[in-house]
Amino acid sequence: MATIKIPPVLRASVGGEKQVSASGENVGDVLKDLAANHPATQDQLFSADGELNRYVNVYLNDEDVRVLDGLETSVGESDTLVILPAMAGGSR
Amino acid sequence: MSQSGAELLRQVKSQIEEVDPSEVAELMHEGVAIIDVRETEEYATGHLPGAKHVPRSYLETRIEGIVPDRSSQVILYCASGNRSAYGARTLEQDLGYEHVRSMTGGITLWKDRGYDVEVPRTLTAEQRDRYSRHMLVPEIGPEGQQKLLDAKVLLLGAGGLGSPTALYLAAAGVGTLGIVDDDVVDLSNLQRQVIHTTDRIGVAKVDSAEESIHALNPDVNVVKYQTRVDASNIVEIIKDYDVIVDGVDNFPTRYLLNDATVRLKIPVVSASILGFDGQLSVFKPYEGPCYRCLFREPPPAELAPSCGANGVLGVLPGTMGLLQATEVVKLIVGIGDPAIGRLLLYDALGATLTEVKVHRDPECPICSREPDEITDEELGVFPDYEAFCAAAG
Repeated sequence: MATIKIPPVLRASVGGEKQVSASGENVGDVLKDLAANHPATQDQLFSADGELNRYVNVYLNDEDVRVLDGLETSVGESDTLVILPAMAGGSR
Repeated sequence: MSQSGAELLRQVKSQIEEVDPSEVAELMHEGVAIIDVRETEEYATGHLPGAKHVPRSYLETRIEGIVPDRSSQVILYCASGNRSAYGARTLEQDLGYEHVRSMTGGITLWKDRGYDVEVPRTLTAEQRDRYSRHMLVPEIGPEGQQKLLDAKVLLLGAGGLGSPTALYLAAAGVGTLGIVDDDVVDLSNLQRQVIHTTDRIGVAKVDSAEESIHALNPDVNVVKYQTRVDASNIVEIIKDYDVIVDGVDNFPTRYLLNDATVRLKIPVVSASILGFDGQLSVFKPYEGPCYRCLFREPPPAELAPSCGANGVLGVLPGTMGLLQATEVVKLIVGIGDPAIGRLLLYDALGATLTEVKVHRDPECPICSREPDEITDEELGVFPDYEAFCAAAG
């Protein structure tokens, strides 16, 4: 089971957890497992055609999966996935 | 019977070679070592361009560090040509320099002839005291402090992130701080916006920030912009700044700022905060990725709780704002490894700092192109913000 770090805006969708575990051979499978266990994350992560939404960055450990093999990138048991949508909170 | 000072001087001058200022003016571009042997206070009032300063009393001990090769051409000068004559004799007779000359008439004659004088920029006694802890850090020192004093930094927002950033940059001696904010101080700001005070509720944030900055360091030139940046004014506001600190609270302005700073090649130190989480990165155009490389598209409104009021731990903008201030100082002084191409994720509750890599996107709609190809119309192109926030409810 890989570890997934959940960003603040998605925590409500996973019962308030900061990180959860999910299984799968590659990034796509791990995220699908996450969405299966926490359906509220499905539309936030994936577009209607099953692609990762452009506004969501996913990192395998510290590397952007887009420069690896995208959703096909292999994931090991001890790997950590970081899900990262943009934040804009600032000055007010 | 011992000789008089005047006799000694005549004797010394008869033993050395002198050189006229007109010849020095020609030689100075040919790599000749020109040494100013006057005292520090005299040197500080102006010296020959490119001259090295070695006071007469340190000449024997320091000259080898500056002119190691004894066969080099060396020209010494002082105020009128006397002290340099003694110095020239010392270098030649005692230290074995082969081509030493003393400039006739010193810098006085040089100036009378109308040649250029360079006035070194030195810190005042008050500045040396105020910034003494910077002087003691080798990575900063007087040169780094001078860079800070010369620097112009623009803060977008005098709020949660801008407050600590502005205070510490002012304390560090950043010479010009521009502040853009159209808001007034509200009681609910004071849980985190430490540049403002209870007795300044209702006062424009730019005015309140200026008061605190000047109370801390009256040397800082504060430039106030009581407005919001938009496509019509952003280039005019930011164009003369060296570094921009982005602490804005909404996506449209972040994208607008990104596009304009890429076009103007101005680095941006960016941070954002929400709840107990913070993000920070440095976007240095064409050296690293830009904001659009990191986030090609803004999230939909329901995933971007940035339109209305959101909760935040009051200390968190302090933490993130000071990380921003640190990056600004590093960029100005030119030290360390700025967070270019890296996004730092701070989780205050977990007390963890995670780092992920950010790459330049070869297909980035903005920074994959040359700056002059980016048009005014393209700056900050973004979905309709009114609709965006309305959708967020």
